[in-house]
Amino acid sequence: MSVLIGHYNYWIVIFLMMAGLYVVIAQGNLVKKIVGLNIFQASVFILFISMGKIEGGTAPIVKEGMSLYSNPLPHVLILTAIVVGVATTALALALVVRINEAYRSVEEDEIHEQDQSF
Amino acid sequence: MRPPIQPHNLVLRIAAKMLIPPILMFALYVQFHGETGPGGGFQAGVIFAAAFILYALVFGIGLARAVATERLLRVLASLGMLLYITVGLASLFSGANFLDYDVLAQERMEGQHLGIFLTELSIGMTVAAVMIMIFFAFAERGVRP
Amino acid sequence: MLAVIRLRNLFAVVMLFGIYSFLAAALFVTLNAVDVAFTEAAVGAGIATFLMLSTLALTVRREKLRRKRSVIPLLVVTSIGATLVYGTFDMPYFSDPSAPLHGHVARHYIEFSTAEVGVPNLVTAVLTSYRGYDTLGEVTVIFTAGIGVLGLLGYRKRGGKP
Repeated sequence: MSVLIGHYNYWIVIFLMMAGLYVVIAQGNLVKKIVGLNIFQASVFILFISMGKIEGGTAPIVKEGMSLYSNPLPHVLILTAIVVGVATTALALALVVRINEAYRSVEEDEIHEQDQSF
Repeated sequence: MRPPIQPHNLVLRIAAKMLIPPILMFALYVQFHGETGPGGGFQAGVIFAAAFILYALVFGIGLARAVATERLLRVLASLGMLLYITVGLASLFSGANFLDYDVLAQERMEGQHLGIFLTELSIGMTVAAVMIMIFFAFAERGVRP
Repeated sequence: MLAVIRLRNLFAVVMLFGIYSFLAAALFVTLNAVDVAFTEAAVGAGIATFLMLSTLALTVRREKLRRKRSVIPLLVVTSIGATLVYGTFDMPYFSDPSAPLHGHVARHYIEFSTAEVGVPNLVTAVLTSYRGYDTLGEVTVIFTAGIGVLGLLGYRKRGGKP
């Protein structure tokens, strides 16, 4: 039982991760795939931050009177990851806009058909 | 060139006019207080870009373009990167490792503060300029010729 | 979350994603990660949602109905999920102070950063001073993404010749 109580944060994250992964591999619309990818990314962030939390700690800003701080190392990694994630999303969305102009569609199977009909 | 003031636009325009200066001030506050509280370069850059995007959404792209021209944005973004690398090279040429802030000033603490200040400034500039650049690229694509 | 999978109206999907990002930011605040919450709220619920809405304005609004439904992605996803759940049984408990994650390097940062860097915000101290090189790489990535978008969606009008 303590396994359930101790690990529930990982299982929530795994559920979100799998939902995002399912959207990426199963849906055909390109924009929805990118949304699924972002959901996946955000769930990984939640995993890291929840692993960095210490019981009874406070935010990692040094102040008089506080003794136990949360681990700042995951925060730094996730900060970088969030910004890199949005940069990748911006590029991916720009690509989707160009694909739409070239193929007149953002559905994956229609684009495949147009590619193979040459 | 100014878009006409229409009645259904009025609430948005007044609200935006009152909100945008505080948003810009907040972005500057977050930028320079990144050391004593949450904040820093990235957040400040994104909030600065958000203020510009709000202005462009309410008042039209033409006016926003007149303030943040293509050249200005490109120069700002490149300047941010150059500043960061210059800080690193400055410490390299002073005898320490790359991006080691200890040797930038007389005392070690002052050197660290100066290095962190310049680095956060460069991050803020680059992030704001790139976000506004991306917004304008997306927005101008949809303008029907 | 399941609504994102099933909905076909893409505008609603993007709005739900914005809400999800904002909830994640609120979650970060309760997990004592204020810097990360700030950035996630500004970037995830702001810039990412806004970019997706712009893409929707330039492309389509609804998703096409798929004719065949295959069950293989569902099987793949379920098996990966089950394997991951099996793998988490060995991991340290939630908010356990004696996890090995909080051991060596993090303790050094927390204890010595006031003496070596002198900045109260530990995350800024680590991000710009101890790990400044990674932050340089990050700024380079943002810059490259900006150049990439500028090259893809340049100054030309829709459908025009360069």
